[in-house]
Amino acid sequence: MPSAPVLEARGLTVEYDTAAGPVRAVEDFDLDIHAGEFVAVVGESGCGKSTMLFALARLLSPPARVSAGSVTFRGRDLVTMTDRELAATRWRHLSVVMQSAMNALNPVTQIGAQFADAMRAHGERSREAIRRRSEEVLGLVGIDSVHLQSYPHQLSGGMRQRAMIAMALLFTPDLVIMDEPTSALDVVAQRSLMRQIKELQQRLGFAILFVTHDMSLVSHFSDRLVVMYAAQAVEVGATQGIFASPGHPYTQGLLDAFPSIRGPRVPLTGIPGNPPGLLDPPAGCRFAPRCPKRFDLCDVPPELYQAPQSRAACHLHAPVVEEVVR
Amino acid sequence: MRYLLRRLGFFVLTLWAAVTVNFLIPRLMPGDPASAMMARFHGRVNPAAMHSLEVAFGVNTSQGLWSQYVTYLHNTVTGNFGTSLTYFPLSVSTEIRQALPWTLGLIGVATVMAFVVGTFIGTVSGWRRGGVVDSVVPPVFVVTSALPYFWVGMMLILVFSVMTNGALPNDGAYEVGAVPTFSWAFGYDVVRHALLPAAAILITSIGGWILTMRNNMVTVLAEDYVRMGRAKGLSDREIMYQYAARNALLPNLAGFAMSLGFVVSGAILVEYVFNYPGLGYMLLNAVNNLDYPLMQALFLMITIAVLVAVLICDFLTAWLDPRARSNG
Amino acid sequence: MSAALVAGTASETQASGRSQRHGADVLRAIRGNRKAMVGAFLLLVFTVLAIVPQWFTPVADPDAHQFGLLLAPSSAHPLGTTAFGQDILAQLIYGTRQSMVIAVVVGGLATLISVLIGVSAAYLGGVTDGVLSSITDIFLVIPTFPLIIVIAAYAGKGNLTVMILVLVVTGWSYGARQLRAQALSLRNRDFLESARVRGERPSYIIAVEVLPTMTSLILANFLGVALYAVLTAAGLQFIGLGDNSSMSWGTMLHWAQSNSALQTGQPLWVVAPGLCVAALGASFALLNYAFDEISNPALRPVRRPRAQRTRS
Repeated sequence: MPSAPVLEARGLTVEYDTAAGPVRAVEDFDLDIHAGEFVAVVGESGCGKSTMLFALARLLSPPARVSAGSVTFRGRDLVTMTDRELAATRWRHLSVVMQSAMNALNPVTQIGAQFADAMRAHGERSREAIRRRSEEVLGLVGIDSVHLQSYPHQLSGGMRQRAMIAMALLFTPDLVIMDEPTSALDVVAQRSLMRQIKELQQRLGFAILFVTHDMSLVSHFSDRLVVMYAAQAVEVGATQGIFASPGHPYTQGLLDAFPSIRGPRVPLTGIPGNPPGLLDPPAGCRFAPRCPKRFDLCDVPPELYQAPQSRAACHLHAPVVEEVVR
Repeated sequence: MRYLLRRLGFFVLTLWAAVTVNFLIPRLMPGDPASAMMARFHGRVNPAAMHSLEVAFGVNTSQGLWSQYVTYLHNTVTGNFGTSLTYFPLSVSTEIRQALPWTLGLIGVATVMAFVVGTFIGTVSGWRRGGVVDSVVPPVFVVTSALPYFWVGMMLILVFSVMTNGALPNDGAYEVGAVPTFSWAFGYDVVRHALLPAAAILITSIGGWILTMRNNMVTVLAEDYVRMGRAKGLSDREIMYQYAARNALLPNLAGFAMSLGFVVSGAILVEYVFNYPGLGYMLLNAVNNLDYPLMQALFLMITIAVLVAVLICDFLTAWLDPRARSNG
Repeated sequence: MSAALVAGTASETQASGRSQRHGADVLRAIRGNRKAMVGAFLLLVFTVLAIVPQWFTPVADPDAHQFGLLLAPSSAHPLGTTAFGQDILAQLIYGTRQSMVIAVVVGGLATLISVLIGVSAAYLGGVTDGVLSSITDIFLVIPTFPLIIVIAAYAGKGNLTVMILVLVVTGWSYGARQLRAQALSLRNRDFLESARVRGERPSYIIAVEVLPTMTSLILANFLGVALYAVLTAAGLQFIGLGDNSSMSWGTMLHWAQSNSALQTGQPLWVVAPGLCVAALGASFALLNYAFDEISNPALRPVRRPRAQRTRS
């Protein structure tokens, strides 16, 4: 599985221009995704994960913009590419699945037409070929091809999500980016969809970047995990490792919020307080105000230090050095 | 299907309401049209004219209110509106039939053009946010849409007719004394006479369409499916039309249907200012001449025209919006 | 009215999106928006003119036929005189009152009815809603101007009260439809749910919880109807169905037209009152449009910094 990364983001920073000044929704974000890997990004609402996702795919809308950093995808930097160059890469190698298919599918055109326009945009002219491929991808997700003539509102919620996933697989891209595609569904449908996604991934070999606020959802499916807090990545590592031994107090707090169904009964502990406003974030570690383990070094911004099972942005894991810069 | 049936039902219901209002107004108003007529013509009223009044109002008959109503309904459905008092002895329906094509031609064409062009400009304006176009368009058109129709007409007359010593005509639909024929010369004459009134309507009403469409575009452009279109690598043009405009158009169409009542009012005034021989002009003359049968029939005719236009909009919406077709 | 339509349709497509703005918030928002400033300024000017017209012109009785006929503009008569020897500027200033009165009275009454019918339809639901909505739609679609003309012809021309009544009756339907849409979307919001669970009576919920949230839409409605009233009243007066002996802009236009002002070289008689109607109408339209921008930031003009290359 390990090979040259399909996607490599370095120092990605996204700013919103507001009347009160620029707000950094994503700050100095690094990410590696290898071929066929399932990477999950978790964090609470407002931590910047969706913004980061759209920034990677160059889908931000004003007043948001990428103010710094690079996103190297298949050897080229997406941030500096022109729109025309981007259009060629879009969907063919990098596709997107959004949160709510009801909002993400054009309500006035048929499903089949929405599949077709993507294919036509990438040079496929033959109606026959378009039809065949559309039926093929629908078959992958278990939807009858008669629904090519259906309109989005005529399908059930679960079917719509699956249709969206099918659409994302039209060109069997290298990377599929998913923004909480299951949160509009009930718990049972969620699990079923996740299994289907994992199955498709193993069959077709594409990489997945999956953004969610629900850690437990991705615990069985993702290979690697990135935890985001207040626009920054605070922990990165193999999923199983992080679950077994979280390096960052925030991650620990998240895990504590989900009781184990078979383990001993423990009182639920939340994380007191609220995430900081991003207009004027704390100078040092941004989690420090809420952290049960804070100490005096936390006024200095941490780096991603090596922790037992992951890399965590927490001074608890900072290497011990002789000269302590104070 | 259910949707269309519902709209048809509404059409019939509203038509019935309009007819009933038409029936009730003269009977609820103070005074009696017959005596008003008598006063106006100093007692010398043609018996046929009086009969015409009776057809319209059931005045001076021994019928009870309900049977008057039934008779009235029957007359309306069969197109019997009585005889016009102004254009005596021509029947009201004949008169209306003469004026109708002028109104449909001028007002109809100008309004539809304003809607189409306005929607297009609004689409482009909403798409290119932040450009020069977008910062100029809203304030300018907010102001133009608040201008009174008839005043714009008068200003146009001032600039293009009076100040240019008659370069563009401002009176009537064609030259006085000309005989309507299907000839190029006549057609040219008609177009010349229609220019200023059409311009008045266009200038005042286009602002509303531009602004609504622009606002709708802005709202739609923030939707996920537009972002999805970008993600698929579709061309800007395809996204603008297939994804954004097609969705933004729907509320605009509904707005068009709702505003037709107001368009009619402007149209009537424009016809008055330009002496254009359409339904509106005829209505105002009828009022001045106390020609009640003609007045009421015109009101009904105008109402029907609006209702038909609304129905057409409903059909268009059903055609463009698959959700309307399914949900009903 | 197209402008009112503009504001209206935008709000209808996001009926639930209009946030509430209170007192000082509103004032601050107005000051920041250029359109609102212009509109508010115009409105202020006209309000002052309506209240104390005598401060702005030496002519005590603008109606009297006291000056030379059809005089050109001069220092004595800045806009000239009419074919009856009246000072045009004086007439203009005194005429403000009637237009403002019509705008405010019709606006207020029609909005009141809109709120009553629209919100009740949304809350009572079921058959009542069906009936009220049908009535609203019928009033909405029937072309009211010809109706007004017919009624005015019967009820006697020249009666201001009748005109106001008719304008109210024909002007409430659009607002009722919009308010109903917004009330419906608010119906299921959490804060209302909590009020219901607390056991509050529907009338309490409507008065104390729902209405304040809808203030901005109600205000927009008022402005829209005021615009409609000003334009339609001017139109009616223009064709002679208003009170021809009263002092108003529409009546001025009527007399100007019947005296062929344009052709006899006194265009100001036509230009000036029409411009006033347009200006008053524009002030309502601008304020309405500005309110829409204030409530929905997405509609505001975008100012992109030219300095940096914007990459999104």
